[in-house]
Amino acid sequence: MARSARPRRVNLALHAALLPLTITALLAYVGSVLWSIRISLSSSKLFPRDDWVGLDQFQRLFETERWTVSLQNLGLLAVIYLVGVLVLGTLMAIFIDQQVKGESWFRTIFLYPYAMSFVVTGLIWQWLFNPNLGLQHAFRALGWESFTLDWTVRQDMVMYAIGLAMIWQGSGTTMAIILAALRGVDEEQWKAARLDGVSKPRYYRSVVLPQLGPAFATALTLLAVALVRTFDVVIAMTSGGPGDASEVPAKFIIDHLFGRNNIALASAASVVMLATVFTVLAPLLYWRAKAEARASAGH
Amino acid sequence: MSSTPIASPARRAEVVRPRRPLITPARIGVYAFLLSTSVFFLLPLYVMVVTSLKSAAEVRQAVMFAWPASPQFGNWVEAWSTACIALACEGIQGGFMNSVRLVVPATLLSVFLGALNGYALSFWRSKWGDILFGIMLLGAFVPFQVMIYPLVAWTRMGGFYNTYWAILMVHCIFGMPVLTLLFRNYYVAVPNELFKAARIDGGGFWRIFFQLMLPMATPMLIVATILQVTGIWNDYLFGLIFAGKDNYPMTVQLNNLVNTTFGERRYHIDMAATILTSLVPLLVYFFSGRWFVRGIAAGAVKG
Repeated sequence: MARSARPRRVNLALHAALLPLTITALLAYVGSVLWSIRISLSSSKLFPRDDWVGLDQFQRLFETERWTVSLQNLGLLAVIYLVGVLVLGTLMAIFIDQQVKGESWFRTIFLYPYAMSFVVTGLIWQWLFNPNLGLQHAFRALGWESFTLDWTVRQDMVMYAIGLAMIWQGSGTTMAIILAALRGVDEEQWKAARLDGVSKPRYYRSVVLPQLGPAFATALTLLAVALVRTFDVVIAMTSGGPGDASEVPAKFIIDHLFGRNNIALASAASVVMLATVFTVLAPLLYWRAKAEARASAGH
Repeated sequence: MSSTPIASPARRAEVVRPRRPLITPARIGVYAFLLSTSVFFLLPLYVMVVTSLKSAAEVRQAVMFAWPASPQFGNWVEAWSTACIALACEGIQGGFMNSVRLVVPATLLSVFLGALNGYALSFWRSKWGDILFGIMLLGAFVPFQVMIYPLVAWTRMGGFYNTYWAILMVHCIFGMPVLTLLFRNYYVAVPNELFKAARIDGGGFWRIFFQLMLPMATPMLIVATILQVTGIWNDYLFGLIFAGKDNYPMTVQLNNLVNTTFGERRYHIDMAATILTSLVPLLVYFFSGRWFVRGIAAGAVKG
């Protein structure tokens, strides 16, 4: 509809209606991102300062051991979490799709942890991983003397513990997304494949999974966003410890904003996260758009 | 797996065949996988419930899977009303009230704004609207660490940092990209003829919205409400930063109860409080069923 065709009263209403969106988009999103970038280029400590120090804060950031540890931890967590959730979620979806009895029970059981907050998730798993009172002790008491599950007190294993808790919490969503996509796969293909003597695992590997590109991209974006935000679960489970073995970037930023009063360094860290997200995300979104275009062109 | 090479009468068999009556090794494998995965997902819930009903002595015995000799429902009462968080011994009931007081208005407001945005962006196309929509699309992916300090500074300047209004506003801001996208995608699929007819009948901007488009989007309103209720209830970070001590939501109170208590850890009380905190989103999940799943897919559209 051409703009000129609208009465002024309507245009006024439209702009009034868009006012909250306008303020949010310009101030809260664009404005805060720009301001964070600006602060990351200053020497601000407790309060914002107007000076320019170039990229000093970024240099200092990458000389800070806690930050590099946080980044490495997030990288490790990304591998554990993404691989864990995608593999487990896809397997659950495929197995549920085998016309099993009690399908809705399984779906409910696999997805319910997603309704729990990350704080609750962290607290439950902290308890399960407690070396003296938790699963380790319980299994030993049952007679499995050598059973060891002390990940949360070991610096080299603590990220796996957090990863496991997050996989428990989030696999159901991937299962739900993949299952919905599986239901959209044409069953005639299986009939044809079976007549050709193709086994079921092979059918899934070579025929079905390649068709699920858009669903995987959707699941992956959802997981990636959750990953970058990782904070609550760490606070609840380990508070970053033992030592700084489970520090993550979000916690680094919050600690430097509020505990250590170094807002310039924290802003530099958040700008690094922002840049990382968009570098990783851009190809993913592009791939998804292409996959979706291909999928709709195929119909 | 379960496929056997099929000879010539395959096509007839295909028609007559009922739903896989055979017990094959493959079928057993399928169920074995599903059942053992179920154990993995249910075990933490079981342990949480059992622990919350134990006495302190039973927790120390550390037989994690054992059912308590006599279930101590008093633990739940204590977690609710008398457990100590730092110096205040009032349980987490205050956190519950704070969460309710926040979730209801924040959900109503953010869902309403999402619907309004979606309606304005899809039926009243304007260049400005398209620009805003583009920003929101990207905004959904901005890690919120980037926005926290500016929002703190601005709410402080406005004089309402650490208040109820700050946390209410923050939830509306962070909910807006998803909800706008959700409703825009819903309204884009509505035939434009319907909108044109309403225009010809003399409907104005607001009248078409309130009398036609808002009621029509009921399914999306339900999905968006579920999304926001669980999301806001489960939020920890924003509540911690923006709400102020008097308005700490239940998740913050829970973490304080568990992780900042001095002296001996009382796991049975901790677990009782954990159950109480997750009760609302769990009930939403169990009663909303497929709507909840639709919310995931819808939320995933934007990321």
